[in-house]
Amino acid sequence: MPLPRQSSTGPCVVLTLALVLFAVTELSAQTTLPSVISDVQPKMVKIYGAGGIRGLESYQSGFLISEEGHILTAWSYVLDTDYVTAVLDDGRKFKAETVGADPRSDIAVLKIDIQGAPHFSLPDASSVGQTGDRVLAFSNLYGIAAGNEPSSVLHGHISAKTDLKARKGVFETTYNGPVYVLDAMTNNAGAAGGALTDFQGNLLGMLGKELLNSQTNTWLNFALPITDLKPRVDDILAGRVRRDEAAQRPRPADHHSLQRLGIVLIPNVLVKTPPFVEKIDTGSPAASQGLQPDDLVLFVGPNMVQSRNEMIEELSYIDRLDAVKLTVLRDQELIEFELISQD
Amino acid sequence: MIRPFLCIAASLIITAGLSWSTSTASEDLIIPEQVLEAQQERIDAIARASECTVAVFSAGKAGGGGSGVVISADGFALTNFHVSKPCGDHMKCSMNDGQLYDAVIVGIDPTGDVALIKLLGRDDFPYAEIADSDKVQVGDWCFAVGNPFLLATNFEPTVTYGIVSGVHRYQYPAGTLLEYADCIQTDAAINPGNSGGPLFNAKGQLIGINGRGSFEKRGRVNVGVGYAISINQIMHFLGHLHSGRIVDHATLGANVATDEDGGVVVTNILESSDAYRRGLRYGDHIVAFGGRSIETVNGLKNALGIFPKGWRVPLSYVRDGERFETFVRLAGVHGSDELIQKVQQGNIAPPAPHPDKPNDGENPEDAEPEDRKPAPRLLPGGLSLKQPVPKAIKGVFESRRGYSNYYFNRQNQNRVWQAHQSTGDFEANKAIWKLNGKTAQQGPAEITLDDEQTLARMATNEGNTEMLLDMSANLEQQLQPTGSGGMLVALHLWRYMLTHGPSRFGEVYYLGKAPWPGQEKPADVLVGTHDAVEAWFYFNATSGQLVGMEMYPDIGVDPCELSFREYKDVDGRELPFEIEVRYGDQTYGILQLDDYQLTAKVKEDA
Repeated sequence: MPLPRQSSTGPCVVLTLALVLFAVTELSAQTTLPSVISDVQPKMVKIYGAGGIRGLESYQSGFLISEEGHILTAWSYVLDTDYVTAVLDDGRKFKAETVGADPRSDIAVLKIDIQGAPHFSLPDASSVGQTGDRVLAFSNLYGIAAGNEPSSVLHGHISAKTDLKARKGVFETTYNGPVYVLDAMTNNAGAAGGALTDFQGNLLGMLGKELLNSQTNTWLNFALPITDLKPRVDDILAGRVRRDEAAQRPRPADHHSLQRLGIVLIPNVLVKTPPFVEKIDTGSPAASQGLQPDDLVLFVGPNMVQSRNEMIEELSYIDRLDAVKLTVLRDQELIEFELISQD
Repeated sequence: MIRPFLCIAASLIITAGLSWSTSTASEDLIIPEQVLEAQQERIDAIARASECTVAVFSAGKAGGGGSGVVISADGFALTNFHVSKPCGDHMKCSMNDGQLYDAVIVGIDPTGDVALIKLLGRDDFPYAEIADSDKVQVGDWCFAVGNPFLLATNFEPTVTYGIVSGVHRYQYPAGTLLEYADCIQTDAAINPGNSGGPLFNAKGQLIGINGRGSFEKRGRVNVGVGYAISINQIMHFLGHLHSGRIVDHATLGANVATDEDGGVVVTNILESSDAYRRGLRYGDHIVAFGGRSIETVNGLKNALGIFPKGWRVPLSYVRDGERFETFVRLAGVHGSDELIQKVQQGNIAPPAPHPDKPNDGENPEDAEPEDRKPAPRLLPGGLSLKQPVPKAIKGVFESRRGYSNYYFNRQNQNRVWQAHQSTGDFEANKAIWKLNGKTAQQGPAEITLDDEQTLARMATNEGNTEMLLDMSANLEQQLQPTGSGGMLVALHLWRYMLTHGPSRFGEVYYLGKAPWPGQEKPADVLVGTHDAVEAWFYFNATSGQLVGMEMYPDIGVDPCELSFREYKDVDGRELPFEIEVRYGDQTYGILQLDDYQLTAKVKEDA
């Protein structure tokens, strides 16, 4: 660090000043953007999965949230495959398993086999960004980085804290809830699941998906506040929305099935054929509640079903006398149904 | 009486309001000195940067144009090739002094998307200070100055501030042109028209030339991702760009892929490449190149993309756990005709989109690149209609095949030769040169150099030998002594160049600047062809002294290299008293000279 040139008139004063300046610069040196950014980069993950057709990118972003390799990312079609790859900042490549997802808050938690991973600690409710705060957005937008290349960093401000309301024909989103609206071009292809931090590198939120306001033809840049996501993440980590415990559950002798509800799904052509409705039997419980062809079933009760087979299995755990709650995705809208078996 | 009272009351309220707001302002707005200083620094940096930025406009009637930046007081300025191309040989450049200057094309680098132009009319242009772009870090503040959407018709450039979002980024070329290797990614708004303009660091020093963005489906406006060609890369090419040539980028002549354990492994190599002659083979791991350690294919592409064709660059590779270090001469990405043809083609298309797929496949270094990135778009320039050439341009433009402007090549040939003439006038007396000395280990050496005969008596590996060049036969087949790569021919061409000058040597052109071993700065290079033999002459760019030469008897073979050292005065001419002869990876020998006899030519009939 260059010290100010000493003048002959007051070497003492200059020296004191120099010391003060030194102290100040020293302090600011620790929190310069480059050092903050280089601390955050190792926590970022590049995620590769399904996609690559019809303008759907096969990559997105995520970040580590535990030492054992839990990764928070956006819930999206990219994860609709058995082969999700997570690439860390140092270039290490891992196969990532889906621990769970919460489509209502648009998040998924993945897990890689690692110990001692650099990670964000999910902050408590005090970690809230305010309108006007300067923020950094870390993501692998456009898939610019590969291998050991670090994620891209954009800077901006929180322009507003508001609720994102999905509106048909305007905001086609499954997410309904609080968001930070940003003044930087953060929400690009592949940026979903990236990290929003303050200028000290503290986690504030997760970057949302690309979202076009089709009335104004403008793109909304936003992030989901981490304080709102934390309870959902905790639920996923605690297994409250986890599927793999299903196997231990008792199966009632007389249980529900697709046929009894009057639902015909599309044929099982893939390892993980998504549970899309092909046809609804007339006069069936599904028909009376208003299920339609092309609905995508996301949840049976509290449990997410990622494939046709998972849905069939999930129905088999529900006693036929009990109601079946289905959450379906229809035109980017989440709709809940309660079906009761007719006898 | 009510009205005056109301007026007074109103004015009282206003005064009260004013004084209230003034007092809060003075109490709340105590701005720390450091903030004011930082603000002033930023203002100063932007002011300096704005002075040297130019808006480039097509000289024709139609639109088109972009930005640029002046880098020397005599008006040399950088812009993008894709900006200069639609403008043609000359263009109009405006600066924020309110002046519109004529500018002429100098040199172009189509592969790197860089063009050097020269503004005319002044020798005291404000110019940008050049920074070391390898020191740029992610998170550094930076700003772009330029002519986005061609708004600078009022001569005021637009300034957009941001941070560095990524460094050492690699962006794929369109075919083989417009490759952005080792570039700087920024979130400062880069829009169409910013192309060719400068990216400055917070101090207002030049770190790159903006030229590209990731635009995708959102139309051609900034989406927070702009790319700048690093200024360090451009500095490597600047000497070549001054030559007025169409400059090419380099290839190693090898394909590489990411190995399973993460290294960069050679998967294919051309036997005609210099890398092959230097020992690189299939299966070797490349661990360092051009002074950088190499861990990924992109890392190698970045390191390779910043060097011009023809440079010698250090390469380290590992085979069976053993590390080898060598210097590789870089071949061109294109054949010379191929590049000329590509440049002559009409519009330059932006890179075609690559289909998405995970990047774990083979990644050939100079074949089809890994298909993981969506294609970034080039900022559009435009086509222009031809207009009459201004008078000022006519004097500084010369058309010639293979050159963007031959005028500057000739200028540099003259400059280099005149600088060399200051070390002695060799042309005046086309003397016969007799060199007496010894080879470093083996014994005496006596060499006679003349137009009609080249004769050497010296101790070689094969004992004392006498060698004679048959001047009437093909020189490229007389490469004695064995193992030297053609020392005699090289010495002959050396004297011939010095005594006859570039104008009578054969076809000579100015290559630009290239490194020579042992020289701190890149040397000026003249390339000449004499009797079908090509020779490269390296001159110290400051003193004009000839520091070395390479004699290429053929394409695809190692040259015979001569290094000239220990210069001393001989009859008012500086001549080297130590000449090292190298061939391939070996020093063939070192000639230690005791004296030169430069005798005026005796006519045979006298």
